[in-house]
Amino acid sequence: MTEGIDFSLLALDAPGWGGALLTGFLRSVELAVGGYALGIVIGIIGAIAKLYGGRVTRDLAEIYTIIIRAVPELVLMLLFYYVGTDLANRAMQAMGYAGFDVNGLTAGILVIGLVQGGYATEVLRGAIRAVPRGQIEAAHAFGMSPAKVLTRVTLPAMTPHAIPGMANLWMIATKDTALLAVIGFSELTLVTRQAASATREYFLFFISAGVLYLILTLVSNYGLRRFEKHARRGMDAAR
Amino acid sequence: MAEFGDCADGDQMDDQAAIHVEDLHKRFGSMEVLKGVSLTARPGDVVAVIGGSGSGKSTMLRCINLLETPTSGRISIQGEAYDLRTTRSGDLEIADRQQVQRIRAHLGMVFQSFNLWPHRTVLGNVTEVPVHVLGVSREEADARAKAVLERVGLGDKLDAWPAQLSGGQQQRAAIARVLAVEPLAMLFDEPTSALDPELVGEVLSVIRALAEEKRTMILVTHEMAFARDVATHVVYLKDGRIEEQGPPEQIFGAPSSPHLQQFISSVT
Ligand SMILES: Nc1ncnc2c1ncn2[C@@H]1O[C@H](COP(=O)(O)OP(=O)(O)OP(=O)(O)O)[C@@H](O)[C@H]1O
Ligand SMILES: [Mg+2]
Repeated sequence: MTEGIDFSLLALDAPGWGGALLTGFLRSVELAVGGYALGIVIGIIGAIAKLYGGRVTRDLAEIYTIIIRAVPELVLMLLFYYVGTDLANRAMQAMGYAGFDVNGLTAGILVIGLVQGGYATEVLRGAIRAVPRGQIEAAHAFGMSPAKVLTRVTLPAMTPHAIPGMANLWMIATKDTALLAVIGFSELTLVTRQAASATREYFLFFISAGVLYLILTLVSNYGLRRFEKHARRGMDAAR
Repeated sequence: MAEFGDCADGDQMDDQAAIHVEDLHKRFGSMEVLKGVSLTARPGDVVAVIGGSGSGKSTMLRCINLLETPTSGRISIQGEAYDLRTTRSGDLEIADRQQVQRIRAHLGMVFQSFNLWPHRTVLGNVTEVPVHVLGVSREEADARAKAVLERVGLGDKLDAWPAQLSGGQQQRAAIARVLAVEPLAMLFDEPTSALDPELVGEVLSVIRALAEEKRTMILVTHEMAFARDVATHVVYLKDGRIEEQGPPEQIFGAPSSPHLQQFISSVT
Protein backbone atom coordinates (compact mmCIF):
# COMPACT_ATOMS: atom_id res chain seq x y z
CA MET A 1 0.00 0.00 0.00
CA THR A 2 1.23 3.50 -0.75
CA GLU A 3 0.91 6.31 1.75
CA GLY A 4 -2.78 7.33 1.96
CA ILE A 5 -5.69 5.86 0.11
CA ASP A 6 -6.41 6.93 -3.44
CA PHE A 7 -10.20 7.20 -3.49
CA SER A 8 -10.17 8.16 -7.15
CA LEU A 9 -9.73 4.46 -7.80
CA LEU A 10 -13.41 4.18 -6.89
CA ALA A 11 -14.45 6.52 -9.71
CA LEU A 12 -17.22 5.07 -11.83
CA ASP A 13 -15.33 5.35 -15.13
CA ALA A 14 -12.02 3.74 -16.01
CA PRO A 15 -9.35 3.92 -14.76
CA GLY A 16 -11.58 3.98 -11.63
CA TRP A 17 -13.07 0.65 -10.63
CA GLY A 18 -16.33 1.97 -9.13
CA GLY A 19 -18.43 1.09 -12.14
CA ALA A 20 -17.05 -2.44 -12.27
CA LEU A 21 -17.70 -2.88 -8.55
CA LEU A 22 -21.29 -1.72 -8.90
CA THR A 23 -21.86 -4.00 -11.87
CA GLY A 24 -20.44 -6.88 -9.84
CA PHE A 25 -22.66 -5.87 -6.96
CA LEU A 26 -25.77 -5.88 -9.17
CA ARG A 27 -24.73 -9.27 -10.45
CA SER A 28 -24.48 -10.51 -6.87
CA VAL A 29 -27.94 -9.14 -6.08
CA GLU A 30 -29.37 -10.79 -9.19
CA LEU A 31 -27.81 -14.12 -8.22
CA ALA A 32 -29.04 -13.81 -4.65
CA VAL A 33 -32.59 -12.81 -5.60
CA GLY A 34 -32.86 -15.47 -8.29
CA GLY A 35 -31.31 -18.21 -6.18
CA TYR A 36 -33.42 -17.27 -3.18
CA ALA A 37 -36.63 -17.26 -5.20
CA LEU A 38 -35.77 -20.64 -6.70
CA GLY A 39 -34.91 -21.87 -3.21
CA ILE A 40 -38.36 -20.85 -1.97
CA VAL A 41 -40.05 -22.71 -4.82
CA ILE A 42 -37.96 -25.81 -4.19
CA GLY A 43 -38.54 -25.41 -0.46
CA ILE A 44 -42.33 -25.31 -0.85
CA ILE A 45 -42.24 -28.39 -3.05
CA GLY A 46 -39.83 -30.14 -0.69
CA ALA A 47 -41.86 -29.28 2.39
CA ILE A 48 -45.06 -30.54 0.78
CA ALA A 49 -43.29 -33.68 -0.36
CA LYS A 50 -42.07 -34.32 3.16
CA LEU A 51 -45.36 -33.55 4.87
CA TYR A 52 -47.93 -34.93 2.46
CA GLY A 53 -45.97 -37.11 0.05
CA GLY A 54 -46.01 -40.84 -0.33
CA ARG A 55 -43.10 -42.97 0.80
CA VAL A 56 -40.95 -42.50 -2.28
CA THR A 57 -41.51 -38.76 -2.49
CA ARG A 58 -40.75 -38.38 1.20
CA ASP A 59 -37.56 -40.38 0.93
CA LEU A 60 -36.36 -38.40 -2.10
CA ALA A 61 -36.96 -35.13 -0.29
CA GLU A 62 -35.18 -36.49 2.76
CA ILE A 63 -32.12 -37.55 0.76
CA TYR A 64 -32.00 -34.16 -0.93
CA THR A 65 -32.06 -32.20 2.32
CA ILE A 66 -29.56 -34.48 4.00
CA ILE A 67 -27.07 -34.07 1.18
CA ILE A 68 -27.53 -30.33 0.95
CA ARG A 69 -27.03 -29.86 4.64
CA ALA A 70 -24.18 -32.31 5.05
CA VAL A 71 -21.89 -31.22 2.21
CA PRO A 72 -20.06 -27.86 2.29
CA GLU A 73 -21.77 -25.31 0.13
CA LEU A 74 -18.68 -24.63 -1.93
CA VAL A 75 -18.36 -28.30 -2.81
CA LEU A 76 -22.04 -28.45 -3.72
CA MET A 77 -21.72 -25.42 -5.91
CA LEU A 78 -18.72 -26.77 -7.73
CA LEU A 79 -20.49 -30.08 -8.11
CA PHE A 80 -23.75 -28.61 -9.36
CA TYR A 81 -21.97 -26.22 -11.64
CA TYR A 82 -19.58 -28.57 -13.36
CA VAL A 83 -21.76 -31.66 -13.35
CA GLY A 84 -24.83 -29.60 -14.13
CA THR A 85 -23.41 -27.71 -17.07
CA ASP A 86 -21.83 -30.89 -18.36
CA LEU A 87 -25.14 -32.74 -18.24
CA ALA A 88 -26.97 -29.80 -19.78
CA ASN A 89 -24.50 -29.56 -22.61
CA ARG A 90 -24.67 -33.27 -23.31
CA ALA A 91 -28.44 -33.22 -23.23
CA MET A 92 -28.54 -30.28 -25.60
CA GLN A 93 -26.09 -31.95 -27.94
CA ALA A 94 -28.12 -35.14 -27.88
CA MET A 95 -31.13 -33.10 -28.92
CA GLY A 96 -29.13 -31.61 -31.74
CA TYR A 97 -28.23 -28.18 -30.37
CA ALA A 98 -24.49 -28.02 -30.91
CA GLY A 99 -22.26 -25.61 -29.05
CA PHE A 100 -24.81 -24.91 -26.37
CA ASP A 101 -23.61 -22.72 -23.56
CA VAL A 102 -25.43 -22.38 -20.28
CA ASN A 103 -25.97 -18.74 -19.48
CA GLY A 104 -23.74 -17.84 -16.55
CA LEU A 105 -26.44 -16.08 -14.59
CA THR A 106 -28.88 -18.94 -15.03
CA ALA A 107 -26.28 -21.48 -13.93
CA GLY A 108 -25.41 -19.39 -10.89
CA ILE A 109 -29.04 -19.00 -9.90
CA LEU A 110 -29.63 -22.72 -10.28
CA VAL A 111 -26.62 -23.54 -8.16
CA ILE A 112 -27.59 -21.17 -5.34
CA GLY A 113 -31.25 -22.16 -5.62
CA LEU A 114 -30.50 -25.85 -5.25
CA VAL A 115 -28.50 -25.22 -2.09
CA GLN A 116 -31.06 -22.78 -0.68
CA GLY A 117 -33.87 -25.20 -1.48
CA GLY A 118 -32.49 -27.78 0.91
CA TYR A 119 -32.53 -25.39 3.83
CA ALA A 120 -35.81 -23.78 2.78
CA THR A 121 -37.47 -27.20 2.74
CA GLU A 122 -36.72 -27.59 6.43
CA VAL A 123 -37.70 -24.05 7.37
CA LEU A 124 -41.00 -24.24 5.49
CA ARG A 125 -41.80 -27.73 6.72
CA GLY A 126 -41.46 -26.53 10.29
CA ALA A 127 -43.56 -23.46 9.54
CA ILE A 128 -46.36 -25.48 7.93
CA ARG A 129 -46.39 -27.81 10.91
CA ALA A 130 -46.81 -24.81 13.16
CA VAL A 131 -50.16 -24.02 11.50
CA PRO A 132 -52.93 -25.54 13.60
CA ARG A 133 -54.33 -28.52 11.70
CA GLY A 134 -57.86 -27.32 12.18
CA GLN A 135 -57.32 -24.24 10.02
CA ILE A 136 -56.28 -26.38 7.09
CA GLU A 137 -59.02 -28.86 7.84
CA ALA A 138 -61.60 -26.07 7.80
CA ALA A 139 -60.45 -25.12 4.31
CA HIS A 140 -60.95 -28.70 3.12
CA ALA A 141 -64.31 -28.89 4.86
CA PHE A 142 -65.51 -25.91 2.82
CA GLY A 143 -64.68 -27.64 -0.44
CA MET A 144 -61.47 -25.85 -1.35
CA SER A 145 -59.33 -27.66 -3.89
CA PRO A 146 -55.92 -28.80 -2.60
CA ALA A 147 -54.26 -26.03 -4.62
CA LYS A 148 -56.56 -23.41 -3.11
CA VAL A 149 -56.00 -24.76 0.37
CA LEU A 150 -52.29 -24.32 -0.20
CA THR A 151 -52.35 -20.83 -1.66
CA ARG A 152 -55.24 -19.38 0.33
CA VAL A 153 -54.67 -20.96 3.72
CA THR A 154 -51.56 -23.06 4.31
CA LEU A 155 -48.97 -20.73 2.78
CA PRO A 156 -50.28 -17.45 4.18
CA ALA A 157 -50.90 -19.03 7.58
CA MET A 158 -47.41 -20.47 7.77
CA THR A 159 -45.64 -17.32 6.53
CA PRO A 160 -45.30 -15.67 9.96
CA HIS A 161 -43.69 -18.84 11.27
CA ALA A 162 -41.36 -19.06 8.28
CA ILE A 163 -40.08 -15.49 8.25
CA PRO A 164 -37.31 -15.70 10.86
CA GLY A 165 -35.76 -18.76 9.22
CA MET A 166 -36.30 -17.49 5.71
CA ALA A 167 -34.77 -14.12 6.60
CA ASN A 168 -31.72 -15.99 7.75
CA LEU A 169 -31.61 -17.86 4.46
CA TRP A 170 -31.72 -14.60 2.55
CA MET A 171 -28.65 -13.40 4.40
CA ILE A 172 -26.93 -16.65 3.54
CA ALA A 173 -27.99 -16.33 -0.11
CA THR A 174 -26.41 -12.90 -0.41
CA LYS A 175 -23.18 -14.23 0.97
CA ASP A 176 -23.26 -17.47 -0.99
CA THR A 177 -23.00 -15.43 -4.16
CA ALA A 178 -19.40 -14.73 -3.17
CA LEU A 179 -18.62 -18.44 -3.37
CA LEU A 180 -19.43 -18.28 -7.07
CA ALA A 181 -16.26 -16.23 -7.52
CA VAL A 182 -14.44 -19.54 -7.34
CA ILE A 183 -16.26 -20.72 -10.45
CA GLY A 184 -15.44 -17.44 -12.16
CA PHE A 185 -18.67 -15.46 -11.99
CA SER A 186 -17.86 -11.81 -12.13
CA GLU A 187 -19.93 -10.97 -9.12
CA LEU A 188 -18.84 -8.51 -6.46
CA THR A 189 -16.16 -10.61 -4.77
CA LEU A 190 -14.40 -11.59 -7.98
CA VAL A 191 -14.44 -8.05 -9.34
CA THR A 192 -13.13 -6.81 -6.02
CA ARG A 193 -10.25 -9.23 -6.13
CA GLN A 194 -9.43 -8.22 -9.69
CA ALA A 195 -9.51 -4.54 -8.79
CA ALA A 196 -7.44 -5.10 -5.67
CA SER A 197 -4.72 -7.08 -7.36
CA ALA A 198 -4.58 -4.75 -10.37
CA THR A 199 -4.12 -1.69 -8.18
CA ARG A 200 -2.59 -3.34 -5.10
CA GLU A 201 -5.14 -1.38 -3.05
CA TYR A 202 -6.44 -4.41 -1.14
CA PHE A 203 -7.69 -2.49 1.83
CA LEU A 204 -9.66 0.05 -0.19
CA PHE A 205 -11.41 -2.48 -2.39
CA PHE A 206 -12.20 -5.14 0.18
CA ILE A 207 -13.55 -2.50 2.56
CA SER A 208 -15.66 -1.13 -0.30
CA ALA A 209 -17.01 -4.58 -1.06
CA GLY A 210 -17.72 -5.12 2.63
CA VAL A 211 -19.67 -1.86 2.74
CA LEU A 212 -21.73 -2.87 -0.29
CA TYR A 213 -22.60 -6.23 1.30
CA LEU A 214 -23.46 -4.41 4.51
CA ILE A 215 -25.74 -1.97 2.72
CA LEU A 216 -27.52 -4.88 1.03
CA THR A 217 -28.02 -6.54 4.40
CA LEU A 218 -29.29 -3.40 6.09
CA VAL A 219 -31.73 -2.59 3.30
CA SER A 220 -33.06 -6.13 3.14
CA ASN A 221 -33.35 -6.32 6.93
CA TYR A 222 -35.56 -3.28 6.77
CA GLY A 223 -37.65 -4.81 3.98
CA LEU A 224 -37.95 -8.12 5.78
CA ARG A 225 -39.07 -6.46 8.97
CA ARG A 226 -41.81 -4.63 7.10
CA PHE A 227 -42.88 -7.84 5.43
CA GLU A 228 -42.92 -9.68 8.74
CA LYS A 229 -45.09 -6.99 10.24
CA HIS A 230 -47.47 -7.32 7.32
CA ALA A 231 -47.57 -11.12 7.49
CA ARG A 232 -48.10 -11.10 11.24
CA ARG A 233 -50.73 -8.39 11.28
CA GLY A 234 -53.47 -10.87 12.19
CA MET A 235 -51.38 -12.43 14.95
CA ASP A 236 -50.05 -9.23 16.44
CA ALA A 237 -53.46 -7.63 16.67
CA ALA A 238 -53.94 -6.92 20.35
CA ARG A 239 -56.76 -8.71 22.01
CA MET B 1 -85.99 -48.54 19.49
CA ALA B 2 -88.57 -45.85 18.81
CA GLU B 3 -91.06 -45.76 15.99
CA PHE B 4 -89.19 -42.73 14.71
CA GLY B 5 -87.78 -45.43 12.60
CA ASP B 6 -87.12 -43.91 9.20
CA CYS B 7 -83.47 -43.71 10.08
CA ALA B 8 -83.08 -47.04 11.78
CA ASP B 9 -82.24 -49.65 9.20
CA GLY B 10 -82.50 -47.67 6.02
CA ASP B 11 -81.89 -50.09 3.20
CA GLN B 12 -84.07 -47.75 1.20
CA MET B 13 -82.44 -44.60 -0.12
CA ASP B 14 -84.28 -41.60 1.18
CA ASP B 15 -84.50 -39.08 -1.64
CA GLN B 16 -86.04 -36.54 0.66
CA ALA B 17 -83.08 -36.60 2.98
CA ALA B 18 -80.62 -33.72 3.22
CA ILE B 19 -78.17 -36.12 4.82
CA HIS B 20 -78.44 -39.85 4.68
CA VAL B 21 -75.94 -42.16 6.32
CA GLU B 22 -76.23 -45.89 5.90
CA ASP B 23 -74.40 -48.59 7.81
CA LEU B 24 -71.36 -46.43 8.43
CA HIS B 25 -68.27 -48.18 9.73
CA LYS B 26 -65.00 -46.52 10.57
CA ARG B 27 -61.89 -48.05 11.98
CA PHE B 28 -58.61 -46.44 12.95
CA GLY B 29 -56.06 -49.20 12.67
CA SER B 30 -57.48 -52.08 14.60
CA MET B 31 -59.91 -49.97 16.60
CA GLU B 32 -63.42 -49.89 15.23
CA VAL B 33 -64.86 -46.52 16.18
CA LEU B 34 -68.12 -46.67 14.24
CA LYS B 35 -69.85 -50.01 14.02
CA GLY B 36 -72.69 -49.52 11.62
CA VAL B 37 -74.36 -46.16 12.09
CA SER B 38 -77.39 -45.14 10.04
CA LEU B 39 -78.88 -41.72 10.25
CA THR B 40 -81.15 -39.47 8.27
CA ALA B 41 -81.65 -35.73 8.45
CA ARG B 42 -84.56 -34.41 6.43
CA PRO B 43 -84.67 -30.76 5.41
CA GLY B 44 -85.41 -28.73 8.53
CA ASP B 45 -84.38 -31.45 10.93
CA VAL B 46 -82.20 -30.58 13.86
CA VAL B 47 -80.50 -33.82 14.80
CA ALA B 48 -78.70 -33.69 18.12
CA VAL B 49 -76.02 -36.30 18.63
CA ILE B 50 -75.16 -37.10 22.23
CA GLY B 51 -72.96 -39.69 23.85
CA GLY B 52 -69.95 -40.18 26.03
CA SER B 53 -66.43 -39.14 25.21
CA GLY B 54 -64.91 -41.45 22.60
CA SER B 55 -68.27 -42.83 21.49
CA GLY B 56 -67.57 -41.71 17.92
CA LYS B 57 -69.65 -38.55 17.61
CA SER B 58 -66.96 -36.42 15.99
CA THR B 59 -65.88 -39.26 13.76
CA MET B 60 -69.43 -39.70 12.51
CA LEU B 61 -69.80 -36.00 11.82
CA ARG B 62 -66.45 -35.89 10.05
CA CYS B 63 -67.46 -38.80 7.85
CA ILE B 64 -70.44 -36.80 6.61
CA ASN B 65 -68.17 -34.33 4.84
CA LEU B 66 -65.46 -36.94 4.32
CA LEU B 67 -62.89 -35.30 6.56
CA GLU B 68 -62.65 -38.94 7.57
CA THR B 69 -63.14 -41.57 4.91
CA PRO B 70 -65.46 -44.33 6.10
CA THR B 71 -64.19 -47.88 6.17
CA SER B 72 -67.50 -48.96 4.72
CA GLY B 73 -70.99 -47.63 4.33
CA ARG B 74 -72.83 -45.16 2.20
CA ILE B 75 -73.35 -41.45 2.65
CA SER B 76 -75.49 -39.26 0.47
CA ILE B 77 -76.18 -35.58 0.57
CA GLN B 78 -79.49 -34.49 -0.91
CA GLY B 79 -79.83 -37.77 -2.72
CA GLU B 80 -76.31 -37.74 -4.15
CA ALA B 81 -74.08 -40.50 -2.80
CA TYR B 82 -70.37 -39.89 -2.44
CA ASP B 83 -68.46 -41.73 -5.09
CA LEU B 84 -66.22 -44.00 -3.04
CA ARG B 85 -64.26 -46.97 -4.25
CA THR B 86 -62.73 -49.92 -2.48
CA THR B 87 -58.98 -50.04 -2.21
CA ARG B 88 -56.95 -53.21 -2.40
CA SER B 89 -56.75 -53.34 1.37
CA GLY B 90 -60.53 -53.30 1.51
CA ASP B 91 -61.00 -49.73 2.77
CA LEU B 92 -62.85 -47.02 0.97
CA GLU B 93 -61.23 -44.06 -0.70
CA ILE B 94 -62.49 -41.00 -2.51
CA ALA B 95 -63.04 -41.79 -6.19
CA ASP B 96 -64.13 -38.36 -7.37
CA ARG B 97 -62.39 -35.51 -5.56
CA GLN B 98 -64.27 -32.85 -7.54
CA GLN B 99 -67.59 -34.27 -6.42
CA VAL B 100 -66.47 -34.25 -2.81
CA GLN B 101 -65.36 -30.64 -3.09
CA ARG B 102 -68.64 -29.65 -4.72
CA ILE B 103 -70.70 -31.32 -2.00
CA ARG B 104 -68.51 -30.03 0.82
CA ALA B 105 -68.99 -26.47 -0.36
CA HIS B 106 -72.66 -26.84 0.59
CA LEU B 107 -72.09 -28.42 3.98
CA GLY B 108 -70.91 -25.91 6.51
CA MET B 109 -68.98 -27.20 9.46
CA VAL B 110 -68.56 -25.45 12.77
CA PHE B 111 -65.65 -26.77 14.82
CA GLN B 112 -65.10 -26.95 18.53
CA SER B 113 -61.96 -24.83 18.18
CA PHE B 114 -63.50 -22.32 15.67
CA ASN B 115 -60.66 -22.72 13.16
CA LEU B 116 -60.98 -19.26 11.72
CA TRP B 117 -58.16 -18.31 9.37
CA PRO B 118 -55.95 -16.01 11.44
CA HIS B 119 -54.44 -14.20 8.47
CA ARG B 120 -57.79 -12.89 7.32
CA THR B 121 -60.09 -10.39 8.94
CA VAL B 122 -63.54 -11.42 10.12
CA LEU B 123 -64.98 -10.19 6.84
CA GLY B 124 -62.22 -11.96 4.91
CA ASN B 125 -62.98 -15.22 6.69
CA VAL B 126 -66.63 -14.98 5.77
CA THR B 127 -66.12 -14.01 2.12
CA GLU B 128 -63.31 -16.50 1.51
CA VAL B 129 -65.40 -19.49 0.50
CA PRO B 130 -68.06 -17.61 -1.49
CA VAL B 131 -65.39 -15.79 -3.50
CA HIS B 132 -62.76 -18.49 -3.87
CA VAL B 133 -64.82 -21.66 -3.95
CA LEU B 134 -68.30 -20.68 -5.08
CA GLY B 135 -67.22 -17.98 -7.51
CA VAL B 136 -69.47 -15.25 -6.07
CA SER B 137 -68.43 -11.73 -7.00
CA ARG B 138 -66.53 -9.73 -4.40
CA GLU B 139 -69.34 -7.14 -4.06
CA GLU B 140 -72.02 -9.74 -3.59
CA ALA B 141 -69.89 -11.73 -1.16
CA ASP B 142 -69.18 -8.61 0.88
CA ALA B 143 -72.85 -7.73 1.04
CA ARG B 144 -73.81 -11.27 2.01
CA ALA B 145 -71.03 -11.44 4.60
CA LYS B 146 -72.10 -8.17 6.20
CA ALA B 147 -75.64 -9.46 6.43
CA VAL B 148 -74.71 -12.76 8.09
CA LEU B 149 -72.23 -11.07 10.44
CA GLU B 150 -74.99 -8.66 11.41
CA ARG B 151 -77.18 -11.67 12.14
CA VAL B 152 -74.68 -13.20 14.54
CA GLY B 153 -74.12 -9.85 16.22
CA LEU B 154 -70.72 -9.06 14.72
CA GLY B 155 -71.76 -6.25 12.41
CA ASP B 156 -69.21 -3.99 14.11
CA LYS B 157 -66.32 -6.46 13.83
CA LEU B 158 -65.90 -6.72 10.06
CA ASP B 159 -62.32 -5.49 10.06
CA ALA B 160 -61.23 -7.15 13.29
CA TRP B 161 -58.74 -10.00 13.26
CA PRO B 162 -59.79 -13.33 14.75
CA ALA B 163 -57.12 -12.90 17.43
CA GLN B 164 -58.89 -9.78 18.62
CA LEU B 165 -62.16 -11.58 19.31
CA SER B 166 -63.35 -13.47 22.36
CA GLY B 167 -64.02 -17.18 21.95
CA GLY B 168 -67.74 -16.58 21.71
CA GLN B 169 -67.24 -13.96 19.03
CA GLN B 170 -64.89 -16.24 17.13
CA GLN B 171 -67.41 -19.03 17.16
CA ARG B 172 -70.16 -16.67 15.99
CA ALA B 173 -67.85 -15.55 13.17
CA ALA B 174 -67.31 -19.21 12.31
CA ILE B 175 -71.07 -19.69 12.17
CA ALA B 176 -71.33 -16.65 9.91
CA ARG B 177 -68.68 -18.19 7.68
CA VAL B 178 -70.94 -21.20 7.29
CA LEU B 179 -74.09 -19.14 6.75
CA ALA B 180 -72.37 -17.24 3.95
CA VAL B 181 -72.21 -20.37 1.80
CA GLU B 182 -75.99 -20.83 2.20
CA PRO B 183 -75.42 -24.42 3.28
CA LEU B 184 -77.99 -27.09 2.68
CA ALA B 185 -77.02 -28.55 6.03
CA MET B 186 -74.81 -27.45 8.89
CA LEU B 187 -72.57 -29.69 10.94
CA PHE B 188 -71.70 -28.60 14.48
CA ASP B 189 -69.07 -30.44 16.49
CA GLU B 190 -69.45 -29.36 20.11
CA PRO B 191 -69.53 -25.69 19.19
CA THR B 192 -69.52 -24.48 22.78
CA SER B 193 -67.14 -26.95 24.44
CA ALA B 194 -64.08 -24.74 24.09
CA LEU B 195 -65.81 -21.66 25.47
CA ASP B 196 -65.68 -20.09 28.88
CA PRO B 197 -69.03 -20.71 30.57
CA GLU B 198 -70.11 -17.09 30.34
CA LEU B 199 -69.68 -17.15 26.53
CA VAL B 200 -71.71 -20.30 25.87
CA GLY B 201 -75.05 -18.53 25.91
CA GLU B 202 -74.33 -16.10 23.09
CA VAL B 203 -73.34 -18.94 20.76
CA LEU B 204 -76.25 -21.16 21.71
CA SER B 205 -78.71 -18.37 21.09
CA VAL B 206 -77.35 -17.94 17.56
CA ILE B 207 -77.71 -21.69 16.94
CA ARG B 208 -81.18 -21.66 18.44
CA ALA B 209 -82.25 -18.92 16.05
CA LEU B 210 -80.95 -20.97 13.12
CA ALA B 211 -82.81 -24.05 14.34
CA GLU B 212 -85.98 -22.02 14.65
CA GLU B 213 -85.82 -21.01 11.03
CA LYS B 214 -85.72 -24.69 10.19
CA ARG B 215 -82.19 -25.01 8.94
CA THR B 216 -81.04 -28.56 8.60
CA MET B 217 -78.35 -29.34 11.09
CA ILE B 218 -76.55 -32.11 12.85
CA LEU B 219 -75.39 -30.94 16.22
CA VAL B 220 -72.95 -32.88 18.35
CA THR B 221 -73.28 -31.43 21.82
CA HIS B 222 -72.84 -31.95 25.51
CA GLU B 223 -75.44 -29.27 26.24
CA MET B 224 -78.32 -31.56 27.09
CA ALA B 225 -80.84 -28.88 28.00
CA PHE B 226 -80.13 -27.15 24.73
CA ALA B 227 -80.42 -30.37 22.74
CA ARG B 228 -83.75 -31.10 24.36
CA ASP B 229 -84.92 -27.62 23.47
CA VAL B 230 -83.94 -27.27 19.85
CA ALA B 231 -83.59 -30.79 18.47
CA THR B 232 -86.27 -32.42 16.39
CA HIS B 233 -84.50 -35.73 16.80
CA VAL B 234 -81.89 -37.00 19.22
CA VAL B 235 -79.38 -39.75 18.58
CA TYR B 236 -77.51 -41.42 21.42
CA LEU B 237 -74.20 -42.93 20.35
CA LYS B 238 -72.57 -45.53 22.54
CA ASP B 239 -69.34 -47.28 21.57
CA GLY B 240 -69.79 -46.61 17.89
CA ARG B 241 -73.43 -47.66 17.66
CA ILE B 242 -76.69 -45.78 17.88
CA GLU B 243 -78.07 -47.24 21.04
CA GLU B 244 -81.21 -45.18 21.09
CA GLN B 245 -82.80 -42.42 19.08
CA GLY B 246 -86.04 -40.55 18.96
CA PRO B 247 -87.74 -37.25 19.66
CA PRO B 248 -86.17 -35.28 22.51
CA GLU B 249 -89.11 -35.76 24.87
CA GLN B 250 -88.62 -39.49 24.63
CA ILE B 251 -84.82 -39.54 24.81
CA PHE B 252 -84.63 -37.20 27.76
CA GLY B 253 -88.03 -37.92 29.32
CA ALA B 254 -88.28 -41.67 29.02
CA PRO B 255 -85.00 -43.21 27.93
CA SER B 256 -85.25 -46.96 27.63
CA SER B 257 -81.62 -47.98 27.42
CA PRO B 258 -79.95 -48.27 30.82
CA HIS B 259 -76.77 -46.73 29.37
CA LEU B 260 -78.70 -43.73 28.15
CA GLN B 261 -80.47 -43.38 31.50
CA GLN B 262 -77.13 -43.41 33.21
CA PHE B 263 -75.59 -41.03 30.69
CA ILE B 264 -78.38 -38.50 31.06
CA SER B 265 -78.31 -38.59 34.84
CA SER B 266 -74.53 -38.18 34.79
CA VAL B 267 -74.55 -35.05 32.63
CA THR B 268 -77.63 -33.27 33.89
N1 LIG C 1 -57.52 -39.83 13.60
C1 LIG C 1 -57.67 -40.77 14.55
N2 LIG C 1 -56.78 -41.77 14.68
C2 LIG C 1 -56.92 -42.72 15.63
N3 LIG C 1 -57.94 -42.76 16.49
C3 LIG C 1 -58.87 -41.80 16.43
C4 LIG C 1 -58.78 -40.76 15.45
N4 LIG C 1 -59.85 -39.93 15.62
C5 LIG C 1 -60.55 -40.45 16.65
N5 LIG C 1 -59.97 -41.58 17.13
C6 LIG C 1 -60.48 -42.41 18.23
O1 LIG C 1 -61.80 -42.77 17.93
C7 LIG C 1 -62.62 -42.77 19.07
C8 LIG C 1 -63.82 -41.90 18.85
O2 LIG C 1 -63.38 -40.57 18.73
P1 LIG C 1 -64.36 -39.37 18.49
O3 LIG C 1 -63.52 -38.13 18.42
O4 LIG C 1 -65.24 -39.64 17.34
O5 LIG C 1 -65.21 -39.39 19.83
P2 LIG C 1 -66.25 -38.32 20.36
O6 LIG C 1 -67.51 -39.06 20.60
O7 LIG C 1 -66.31 -37.16 19.45
O8 LIG C 1 -65.61 -37.91 21.74
P3 LIG C 1 -65.53 -36.49 22.47
O9 LIG C 1 -66.85 -36.31 23.17
O10 LIG C 1 -64.42 -36.64 23.45
O11 LIG C 1 -65.28 -35.47 21.45
C9 LIG C 1 -61.73 -42.31 20.21
O12 LIG C 1 -61.30 -43.43 20.92
C10 LIG C 1 -60.58 -41.64 19.53
O13 LIG C 1 -59.41 -41.80 20.28
MG1 LIG D 1 -65.67 -35.16 19.58
